[in-house]
Amino acid sequence: MPRGRRRTDRASLGSALLWLGPALLLIGGVVIYPAIELVRASLSEFSITGLRLGDAGVENYRAVLSHPMLGTVLLNTIVWVVAVVALTILLSLGVAQFLTKDFWGRTVVRWAIIVPWAASLVITAKTYVMIYDYYYGTLNLVLSKLGLGPVDFLGSDAWIMPSMILVGIFVSIPFTAYVFVAGLNAIPTEVYEAARVDGASPFQTWWRITLPLLRPALLVAAVLNIINVFNSFPIIYVLNDRNPGFAHDTTITFMYKLAFKSAEKDVGMSAAAGVFNVLLILVVVMVYLRFTRWREETA
Amino acid sequence: MSAATDTSTHPGAVRAEGGTRHTGWRRHRTWVLPLAGLALALVFLAPYIVMVLNSLRPSGDVVRTPPTFLPREWQLSTYAQVLGDERFLNWLKTSLIVAAASTVIVILVSIPAAYYTARFRFPGRMAFLLLVLVTQMFSPTALVVGIYREWFNLNMVNTYGALILTNAAFNLAFSVWILHGFFASIPKEVEEAANLDGCSRFGTLRRVMLPLTLPGIVTAVIFTFIAAWNEYVVALTLMIDEDKKPLTVGITSYVTGYEQHWDQLFAASIIAIVPVVILFAFIEKHLVGGLTAGSVK
Repeated sequence: MPRGRRRTDRASLGSALLWLGPALLLIGGVVIYPAIELVRASLSEFSITGLRLGDAGVENYRAVLSHPMLGTVLLNTIVWVVAVVALTILLSLGVAQFLTKDFWGRTVVRWAIIVPWAASLVITAKTYVMIYDYYYGTLNLVLSKLGLGPVDFLGSDAWIMPSMILVGIFVSIPFTAYVFVAGLNAIPTEVYEAARVDGASPFQTWWRITLPLLRPALLVAAVLNIINVFNSFPIIYVLNDRNPGFAHDTTITFMYKLAFKSAEKDVGMSAAAGVFNVLLILVVVMVYLRFTRWREETA
Repeated sequence: MSAATDTSTHPGAVRAEGGTRHTGWRRHRTWVLPLAGLALALVFLAPYIVMVLNSLRPSGDVVRTPPTFLPREWQLSTYAQVLGDERFLNWLKTSLIVAAASTVIVILVSIPAAYYTARFRFPGRMAFLLLVLVTQMFSPTALVVGIYREWFNLNMVNTYGALILTNAAFNLAFSVWILHGFFASIPKEVEEAANLDGCSRFGTLRRVMLPLTLPGIVTAVIFTFIAAWNEYVVALTLMIDEDKKPLTVGITSYVTGYEQHWDQLFAASIIAIVPVVILFAFIEKHLVGGLTAGSVK
């Protein structure tokens, strides 16, 4: 934007409050206030029915940090986030390149790809429970035909995480591929013509031109995916439903089960785990702001 | 890149191949690419094809060994049965009320905020935009205990209002962000012309700006509606009454320890998915522009 021809005018705080008031009320009342409630709950002791009994100090935090399954849960979270995000980005790059090509039926392919994005995650996860099922699953039907035998995808300790990761990638690709399509479309065609004139091979062109120019889209896709995948609840909650304990939970489902599903129903401890989760996300937000160098003119 | 001028995709923006060396490929790509496209489409549709097939067979056939890909016995009556099921109609009602009300609130609240921040500089503008960005990063999942405590204290657990306001608040950021991009891309002169013609600030917004940002508003509406329609964690936590659950939570009661209506579970899933897929297909061509305006900038 050229200087001296700004698109914005000066306004007073008073009139701004009039226009932004409703948004501030909504954010304050239903995002910030619950965050404060969460911290308050994490410092309190609750009965099993959810009544506040009194102050607990940092007892809940100590309980989370000394929970016998915390190490497993953290490891699960790292494996889940890293595997889903890395593989999603890799596969989405290919899908996006393909979607920007001009071919007969492209619109139909694009519609097919948005289905997992539009569909509810719980419903998709429920369907995968049936696909993965040991006795009745479609996947095991195919594997048995191929002589690879039925696999207990959701019941065996070795298979459950890869099975959940596959679903995580499946539902993350549509959004990520669209971010990359947007990034690819933003690259001017002239750059490619120049490369062709210079005699660059298709791979050289991709490696030296496409990938570097796609960097902003890659950063955005990576950070948004890290946040979404970290916060992902339905896939793990539904696919891991038949297994007791916390052996295959991430920090998000761990937190939820502490308050609403475990034998203890410990709201205070769950709130402390929630505070840890929010802090983790905030760290990611800072990294996001730093990497994208968030500035006034981009806002 | 501005959003309003780039809401469509550019076909073939990537022209890495070409030249005489690739004439063989040129000839074959007319059928190789559609075929690869078909394979890709099938990969993404596969679970939903299984869903459709399972909704068209009796429940006993879904859980019968050995499994078969096609139904052993076709049964179309499940859809009529689900649509006549009072429980299902209640869940559908909740989903419609909650998604529609959340969307109306989000649009009514985000339009003035997005317009004002795109047009004016004022003390605290950056702080507000930063707040919006941070809320975009917050998920209701991580805050679910706090959200539950809030509505519990207000005695609003199990009410539509609690679910509507929660959905609206957590989808507000995205809408503000998208609309901000659209408003910012409209030249100021357009608005000044309207002012000279005697339009008030509000009149300008309503008569001039809103029609120009219609693609952005449609995108924000559909995104919010779908997000609220598909929301799970908050509804699972807040809506305990069987007849106040939305579809996402309700349909899981078709298969529990007490009843096993797999056919109804899948038929209900299809009924829940089809409207949103159609809505999404409507804005497909705006998705790229919307994402560019919302994030890639």
